[in-house]
Amino acid sequence: MVDLPRRSLLAGIAALGASACSRINDHETTRSLFKAAEDAHRAVHRALAGKQGLAREYARDARSPTFRGNGSVTIPDPYYQQQLASGFPDWRLAVTGLVEQPLALSLADIRALPQRTQITRHDCVEGWSAIGEWQGPQLARLLDAAKVRPEANFIVFRCADTLFGREYYESIDMVDAYHPQTIIAHALNGEPLPEKNGAPLRMRIERQLGYKHAKYVKAIEAVASFEDIGQGQGGFWEDVAGYQWYAGI
Amino acid sequence: MARHALSTRLWHWINAAAVIVLFMTGLNISNAHRHLYWGSWGFDPKDAWLHVPRFPGWATIPQHYNLALARDWHITAAWPFGLGVLFIWVAMLANGHFRRDLATSAKDWTPGAVLSSVKARPGAAAGAQGHGYNPVQRILYGMVLGVLLPLMLFTGLAISPGFAGAAPWLVDVFGGRQSARSLHFIAAWAIFGFAGLHLVMALADWRLIAAMVTGGTRADDTAPEPAAAQAEVPANG
Repeated sequence: MVDLPRRSLLAGIAALGASACSRINDHETTRSLFKAAEDAHRAVHRALAGKQGLAREYARDARSPTFRGNGSVTIPDPYYQQQLASGFPDWRLAVTGLVEQPLALSLADIRALPQRTQITRHDCVEGWSAIGEWQGPQLARLLDAAKVRPEANFIVFRCADTLFGREYYESIDMVDAYHPQTIIAHALNGEPLPEKNGAPLRMRIERQLGYKHAKYVKAIEAVASFEDIGQGQGGFWEDVAGYQWYAGI
Repeated sequence: MARHALSTRLWHWINAAAVIVLFMTGLNISNAHRHLYWGSWGFDPKDAWLHVPRFPGWATIPQHYNLALARDWHITAAWPFGLGVLFIWVAMLANGHFRRDLATSAKDWTPGAVLSSVKARPGAAAGAQGHGYNPVQRILYGMVLGVLLPLMLFTGLAISPGFAGAAPWLVDVFGGRQSARSLHFIAAWAIFGFAGLHLVMALADWRLIAAMVTGGTRADDTAPEPAAAQAEVPANG
């Protein structure tokens, strides 16, 4: 009884603190400061590494014994499950948007392209890392084959998985799109991509954190701006949780 | 002459603010994956060398778990912190602060020197010998400025996949990304420990804190005439 006023006072102070904090966090100046810091990190990374600078590639014996799956690790959709069980015979990867020559590639088409194999480290935004061997064609080859128009500024990856009822998607700029290690992987450690790691196709964006590496990719779309896609922040986690669009840090 | 140069005072408070933000957002980020590993990879708690407790809301920025916002603050505060460490080293080397007040000689590391430093009253310790710090202060400040703050900065850079693309050797120096992450965590708590001790010592005499704001005066300046004269008349040459 006696405790009640004190408790409500404490709650009041806590609420005051919390609202002051959320005001700071939501303030336009704070937001633009965060954006400036993120842009500065990207500019410095690009200046130091060069646009084509490679992420570390490892020897085979440096691979982790398994490769953790995170985020979506399964797609409960019956069509997907039927395709997964039969090796994705009808899966098509669309290359669309600002291109002269839209493409629709089967897994056999993708395997027939010149391949790049790379053993790289995957760094999750949460802090953990895993190392695996990825194989697939460079994204640059597909973009060249589709003849991306000069007004395209970003490449958007459309995914078959949904989280919290929304379709997963991601986007990168043309520097990362044409980076030699940016590949569309169909194999992990010499085996077809497991379901938890994004079967049948996932992106590798080696100089950024894991959430940029879209899994279960069904379409690659060249766009001038991603403002009209989703909530306009350039990716699923960017929209849902406010993650940084540039995930190089 | 002021006890603390303007460059030292500016850096001290900017760095203090940046470190507080970095530490408290760091605890929030730690809550995202509360396991530390050695080597390049690590994702399974069974391979961890340390399971970190979940840090409560009152210890973190923001006061609830929010990885995106904690990272926003963290990578923003990293700029004044990192550039500040570079700035203070340039300033300390240029204005003689390092050579005069922080550099140690072999005799500073002897048990006797350490013992007499520890026995001295905290208030008396700072500036008691005319100017400068006692051996323990020199060693501690030197370790923080020369080892812990740079370690924090470089392990932070090594964790960033974008920076690692520019300097893969930096990740190797620390023995892999997960080792760099572990060292980042250890260095953070070492800095926390130093800051706690530093605060207790400073609170023993409020004038020490005031001097870090106003600049204060050096103990040898309080001797009235000769010191003032010395300051005005340049030495020969």
